[in-house]
Amino acid sequence: MSNENTHKHAHAHDHHDDKPTGFLNRWLFTTNHKDIGTLYLILALVMFFVGGAMAMIIRAELFMPGLQLVEPDFFNQMTTMHALIMVFGAVMPAWVGFANWMIPMMIGAPDMALPRLNNWSFWILPFAFTMLASTLFMDSGGPAAGWTLYPPLSLQGGQSFAFVVFSIHMMGISSIMGAINVIATILNMRAPGMGLLRMPLFVWTWLITAFLLIAVMPVLAGAVTMLLTDHFFATSFFNAAGGGDPVMFQHIFWFFGHPEVYILILPAFGVVSEIIPTFARKPLFGYSAMVYATASIAFLSFIVWAHHMFTVGMPLTGELFFMYATMLIAIPTGVKVFNWVSTMWKGSMTFETPMLFAIGFVVLFTIGGLSGLMLAIASVDLQYHDTYFVVAHFHYVLVPGSVFALMAGTYYWLPKWTGHMYSEKWGKIHFWLSAISVNILFFPQHYLGLAGMPRRIPDYSTQFADFNMISSIGGFIFGASQLIFLGVIIHCVYKSRVKAPGRVWEGAKGLEWTLSSPPPYHSFNTPPVIDSTTVAHAEGTH
Amino acid sequence: MNQPEHIEGRNIHRKLVRKLVLLAVAMFGFGFALWPLYNVFCDLTGLGGRGVQVVENAGVLEQSARQIKIRFDANVNSSLPWEFEAKEKAAMVPLGEMNEALYVAMNPTDTVMVGQAIYNVTPPEASLYFVKTECFCFTLQVLQAKESREMPVYYFIQADLPEYIKEITLSYTFFRNTSADAVALSDDETSSARTVLKDRPK
Repeated sequence: MSNENTHKHAHAHDHHDDKPTGFLNRWLFTTNHKDIGTLYLILALVMFFVGGAMAMIIRAELFMPGLQLVEPDFFNQMTTMHALIMVFGAVMPAWVGFANWMIPMMIGAPDMALPRLNNWSFWILPFAFTMLASTLFMDSGGPAAGWTLYPPLSLQGGQSFAFVVFSIHMMGISSIMGAINVIATILNMRAPGMGLLRMPLFVWTWLITAFLLIAVMPVLAGAVTMLLTDHFFATSFFNAAGGGDPVMFQHIFWFFGHPEVYILILPAFGVVSEIIPTFARKPLFGYSAMVYATASIAFLSFIVWAHHMFTVGMPLTGELFFMYATMLIAIPTGVKVFNWVSTMWKGSMTFETPMLFAIGFVVLFTIGGLSGLMLAIASVDLQYHDTYFVVAHFHYVLVPGSVFALMAGTYYWLPKWTGHMYSEKWGKIHFWLSAISVNILFFPQHYLGLAGMPRRIPDYSTQFADFNMISSIGGFIFGASQLIFLGVIIHCVYKSRVKAPGRVWEGAKGLEWTLSSPPPYHSFNTPPVIDSTTVAHAEGTH
Repeated sequence: MNQPEHIEGRNIHRKLVRKLVLLAVAMFGFGFALWPLYNVFCDLTGLGGRGVQVVENAGVLEQSARQIKIRFDANVNSSLPWEFEAKEKAAMVPLGEMNEALYVAMNPTDTVMVGQAIYNVTPPEASLYFVKTECFCFTLQVLQAKESREMPVYYFIQADLPEYIKEITLSYTFFRNTSADAVALSDDETSSARTVLKDRPK
């Protein structure tokens, strides 16, 4: 029976090689992994600029002490919305976009395993973010209690809170469906010969990320549902007056929240592990160590959550456990950093834009990792907690971490996606402006935090004025530099006349480079033949 | 062009997808299960600071020569415009002996209001050795306009309190109970609003 089906299916495919015509057919009803990947990436780029505009408002208000531009309540809405939009709207959808575009091409599959589900998981998102953004125009305003939504503060908002909760539900459903799709694709649709330990590292990191998503997004959905019923139906999950405990929310939230930060960074590890070998012209050093390190980080992420809440009054044994467990994560992460450096060691390196961003990632992510180790020390965290030191830490791992890796990946695969080369000159200008300004932006925040400046406050004491001004100037340069990124992409897609060859980078290995640039609308309808010359990690190169 | 041989239709996905959906649903349930699990964990370890035992009759207590400092803390939630404080801020008490602590609450407004006090003990693990025989937090407290009332707590600290605990803070926060407010307003017999609550509202 299955033979008959496949035959019919194959016959239909003969006449469907071309892209569907008409805007709605092409984009709204699409089930093509490349189209859906493009949609995800466009959404992420739009959200990156929306969230970025909010960051500009925050930095403008913090340019000088005192209240100049916005009301404190609006400032709080900006910090909250900036975080929600950047985490759930920019970085996560961008990684799903990369997964959609690259995973089928990297493992030799014709498409994602569940194409219609794929369409649905994307098209939920624009509605979710419209709903989230609409709260800014409601009477009670947007969420203003921070993206962590801690009660009782988050429960003191108005009726718009329901919209926030439902939009988080929709984002969660979208992520879970996307993750199911990724796992089914990777486990069931690899081309013959593409063994698990031959997969590109980007595929491996996404496989692990997808499991993290399925494990923790439902927990977040549960947590916000409990907030919703506490707010509107007088349950007392977190309400002390009714016998609940607000600290319990923090436990549940960070049980989701800590794996969540690895959801944002693990695919970045994957992308960097693809790019560095290409431009160092050496196979990745320690391939299987990289796989096991990723898996260890994912496992450890489930048992460290309370390091976000060292100040709630935990017993000493609890503080010690979470401190040591957190520090343990430095070991697999260190393995990764040393492997990247070893891959570059004695390589024939060239410094095209993707490589620049990848090296920037390794250096700056490591700085963020080190400040993370400082924060892991329970006894000193009492001073760092909720200061700008924390803000500096997580922005170092997220901006020159995840976002630089996203940019590295974009420059790396943009010629593959579009069939044209981007402007190397403007790419490099974008890199250097971003790399310098991101440090001007976030490095002074370490000092502000150590000196005691609290986060999420629109005003500050005058001794913090100089560092805040420096930080804001860096922020404005960083924000403006991203317009160059937008320009480079638009130029590459519409204007560039330089044709890209199939193997865009001569040192690049992997199945995606055996396809033309741009790849055919339906690729790998016939599974590719896999040998050690086409895959990056053939046996024996561990 | 042939359909790839390694993809045998949708059946290969169905089993895996069913498992993954089940995992997602189970994790949603786990999120809610954390609530009772957390409460059980806190009851066993006292780590929520709410492991205080309640006994009707203290009976004969195991004595100890050791004394410990107890601090008394009083807070009012912003929804309840009462004044509330401990008569004494701290006391040295011997372990294994009944003690009384007095709190005073006052309703400065012109309307009758109902409050519910919620307690917490710091360090939290000390709450397991804290025993109350009577407390104003066991019941709703109704204060008429301008009424002031002394509220006692009868308690003792068990003699087997670990050595490393040198000091204990007993803290109360009064919350407003608006649904009981309405009852108190409509009813002259205020005692009918005094729903007897267990020490820990479940």
